[in-house]
Amino acid sequence: MAEAPFILQEHQFQRLKTVLARLCVECAARVVFLVDRDGQPITYHGDIGDMDTTSFSSLAAGNVAATSSMAKLIGEDVFPSVFHEGERESIFISVIGRSLLVVVFDERSTLSLVKLRTKRGSYEVAAILDEAIAESANNHASNNSFFAEITDDDIDSLFS
Amino acid sequence: MTFINYASREINCKIVYYGPGLCGKTTNLQYIYDSTAPQAKGKLISLATETDRTLFFDFMPLELGTVRGFKTRFHLYTVPGQVYYDASRKLILKGVDGVVFVADSQEERMDANIESLYNLEENLQTQGYDLNNLPYVLQLNKRDLPNVIPSDELVGELQKKGEPVFEAVATDGTGVFDTLKAVAKQVLTELRKG
Repeated sequence: MAEAPFILQEHQFQRLKTVLARLCVECAARVVFLVDRDGQPITYHGDIGDMDTTSFSSLAAGNVAATSSMAKLIGEDVFPSVFHEGERESIFISVIGRSLLVVVFDERSTLSLVKLRTKRGSYEVAAILDEAIAESANNHASNNSFFAEITDDDIDSLFS
Repeated sequence: MTFINYASREINCKIVYYGPGLCGKTTNLQYIYDSTAPQAKGKLISLATETDRTLFFDFMPLELGTVRGFKTRFHLYTVPGQVYYDASRKLILKGVDGVVFVADSQEERMDANIESLYNLEENLQTQGYDLNNLPYVLQLNKRDLPNVIPSDELVGELQKKGEPVFEAVATDGTGVFDTLKAVAKQVLTELRKG
């Protein structure tokens, strides 16, 4: 059976957004993303320009999945962070349980600053996500009446 | 794992197209991409080799519409079919909500179909899933080619649990959306069951 759904409530979403907004300023980053390890974008804060955030999230997750497997092949349990240095823009990814905190920054910031600030922010993000995961099972049960109301017609209408 | 965001009122699901090398998984995605309105899709990302063989995965997000006020987004992935990319296939199955097995109907690819199906079951197990309890559809692709095995024989060999079966010619779109619809419907039905 597929895993139980991960349900993010509005108040948790808003708290995550607040943490990301602060992190973005503290890291002097262009944009900070929170991405599920399966590649689903959760939220972001900052300047995305015309970036395709859905593709970006999927590729970030694929990247971490590949490097985590490489870690295992050399006897490491996991690489807790991944860094890609570009000529102008760089990407720092921190693994937080089932999620990834992805910081995109340029020459206005430094890797050490991003690492330092992200570490602190990670704890807050982890706490909110842990709460969301713990509540997901209960929320799903209590909200199940909502999903149970979805009819075959509702589903069919998606394809009409 | 389905991700339900109450703040943005979105349901996000992951569907993986599985099957042997050159069976038409990427062609399925390409057809869906080409036939979908721009506002309903994101970019089609293809991590491929120089000869256009899938190296890691193909990916496209597809927005199907709204159910009871929730936007439904399906993230469609393909796996690399070649045997030696097994590590990549395992990774892509993480968090899967539904699987489409694309079988190559050509006689000479029967062994490859069976091997790939066995590999799917094995890789699902290592990720903690059981194919019997997962939304799943079987697609018999390349029905337009001359050397195909009759459908009932293919079904006899490849059908695992009475899952829906669709004949397809992914290059011209035959059966492509029927397959997608069937698996998406099963995923949403699972959500309804709780």
